[in-house]
Amino acid sequence: MVFSEERLKKVSEIVARYPEGKQKSALIPVLHLAQEQFGWLSAETMDYVASLLSLEPVEVYEVATFYSMFNLKPVGKYMFEVCQTGPCMINGSDDIIAYIGEKLGIKPGETTSDGMFTLKTVECLGACGYAPMMQMGKFYKEHLTKEKVDAIIEECRNNAAVNN
Amino acid sequence: MGVKLLLDKAHIEGIRYYDAYRRNGGYASVEKALKMTPEAIVEEVKKSGLRGRGGAGFPTGMKWSFIAKPEGVPRHLVCNADESEPGTFKDRYLMEFIPHLLIEGLIVSSFALGSHATYIYIRGEYAWIPDILEQAIAEAKANGWLGKNILNTGFDCEIYVQRGAGAYICGEETALIESLEGKRGNPRIKPPFPAVKGVWERPTVVNNVETLAAVVPVINMGGEAYAKIGVGRSTGTKLISACGNINKPGVYEIDMTISVEEFIYSDEYCGGIANGKRLKACIPGGSSVPILPANLLLKTAKGETRYMNYESLSDGGFATGTMMGSGGFIVYDEDQCIVKNTYTLARFYRHESCGQCSPCREGTGWMEKILKKIDSGKGAHEDIDLLWDIQRKIEGNTICPLGDAAAWPVAAAIRHFRDEFEWHVDNPVECLQRNYGLAHYADEREVVA
Ligand SMILES: Cc1cc2nc3c(=O)[nH]c(=O)nc-3n(C[C@H](O)[C@H](O)[C@H](O)COP(=O)(O)O)c2cc1C
Ligand code: SF4
Ligand code: FES
Repeated sequence: MVFSEERLKKVSEIVARYPEGKQKSALIPVLHLAQEQFGWLSAETMDYVASLLSLEPVEVYEVATFYSMFNLKPVGKYMFEVCQTGPCMINGSDDIIAYIGEKLGIKPGETTSDGMFTLKTVECLGACGYAPMMQMGKFYKEHLTKEKVDAIIEECRNNAAVNN
Repeated sequence: MGVKLLLDKAHIEGIRYYDAYRRNGGYASVEKALKMTPEAIVEEVKKSGLRGRGGAGFPTGMKWSFIAKPEGVPRHLVCNADESEPGTFKDRYLMEFIPHLLIEGLIVSSFALGSHATYIYIRGEYAWIPDILEQAIAEAKANGWLGKNILNTGFDCEIYVQRGAGAYICGEETALIESLEGKRGNPRIKPPFPAVKGVWERPTVVNNVETLAAVVPVINMGGEAYAKIGVGRSTGTKLISACGNINKPGVYEIDMTISVEEFIYSDEYCGGIANGKRLKACIPGGSSVPILPANLLLKTAKGETRYMNYESLSDGGFATGTMMGSGGFIVYDEDQCIVKNTYTLARFYRHESCGQCSPCREGTGWMEKILKKIDSGKGAHEDIDLLWDIQRKIEGNTICPLGDAAAWPVAAAIRHFRDEFEWHVDNPVECLQRNYGLAHYADEREVVA
């Protein structure tokens, strides 16, 4: 449970952006780095981040629990975060959520038993003009249709098969 | 074609990168500004009449002139790229497609404010945009526009990109500052204002992405010329992100002289209502501003044409008007259910309340519950009055304006569409199958003054 050399270098770079003694400002960026490496933030990971930044563990827990992007439980290899706020709702996000759920056999908030997919509903992601949409990892998938969802799931399965 | 000052070059091939941007006149405002004094730049921005594009519309030059300058204490400029107000996606467009415009604006603004370390706080979900911004920053630095001793003026400046991690409240400037300090995004009690004690207790100015980008044309053309574009106190241009049931959703730059009707129906902008439907309602400035039925949207209660500017949109106050807000323009056609839409917005605000003040924490929770109840056909007439009561108890009784922002959409929906709420209560089965809007069109209603 430690960072790679490269990530440790990145941490020093980030800390250097703030005034002396204000390394706490690096907390959210470093939690992102940790989540990128480990997929979610376990207590052990958060303690490690606390030690990297000379913070009390509780300072890290407080922050990790406040922000919705931090996963405090393990999630699937692919996470579908579908926006359900007004502008997406009037463009059919409910149907997309139901369709994904049906196709994967899970409800929002759940992960498939093979650990491949997590379905989550989220609030406005700033893509309202390209609705319905979801976040998948670093990128957005916009103008979703059932066919597009099928293709995305297919692509994820293929990618996972190649990487295994 | 209206005047374009921000997106005029957005479609030039390669404009995302330095060479094309510079070839097309980029960074000229830095050359000009660094020969001026910081005070003279603030004066130009004051003269331009530029108002904050983040939602509140506060005059930018005035805000800058408030920054405290205690001896020996560094000052900071922070760019608010949290963009999380439902309906709003204009800053994203600017950062994705013409990132150097923001960087250029940030350099000029940092010089005017004396910020040697400037931060762009961007919402965490825009996870691919920091790479675009960091590349633009690196290119600017490699070409001498950032770093030490810029253009041999002795001015040093660095720009850093900081990602948030999913919290609408971090768009509120004091919550943003807390978050930038590595804490929970709990808004601070003001005063002290950020201009006196902001990030790390240092004087800080927080401005929206679009505001800071607009500093570039202000300096290039001069404040007076900028102020001549637009109308009255709505000077310059405004980015509008249009979405909902329209033919051409997207980001548009408008000069603030066009009418709402032109914006919705002309092919240059939204291209009319999608699928040949009729216009029912619109939230013109992001989810926090009051929704208006079609009749009050296109014309004011006095029967005058309504225009896309600060004054005209707010004509009539909250009784019959709305607000320019962030420019998140959400259009609803005749098939849309106002109750359900209001429910999703109430759910959004409950989800985003930081929980510090009880009227906001409890009130947003109650509003969501009651709206869900009405939306699912289980409501009673008293629930509508109760909703009205709750929103009134939130408004004005909280630390930050998120409380108001949660109350206003509910208030406006009941004010203008009360019959639709009542229909839901009276038709518990039917309301699950079809929308009230099918039977009754907002644009056929009488104007209530
Ligand atoms: C709940 C809440 C959310 C806000 N979100 C944003 C935002 O996402 N982006 C933004 O620029 N301003 C936002 N604001 C306004 C900021 O507090 C601040 O007024 C603004 O960044 C100032 O910049 P401007 O004067 O350039 O508009 C928000 C305010 C509140 C109360
Ligand atoms: S109004 Fe709501 S979001 Fe703002 S400080 Fe109070 S509880 Fe937090
Ligand atoms: S409402 Fe879904 S992205 Fe804005």
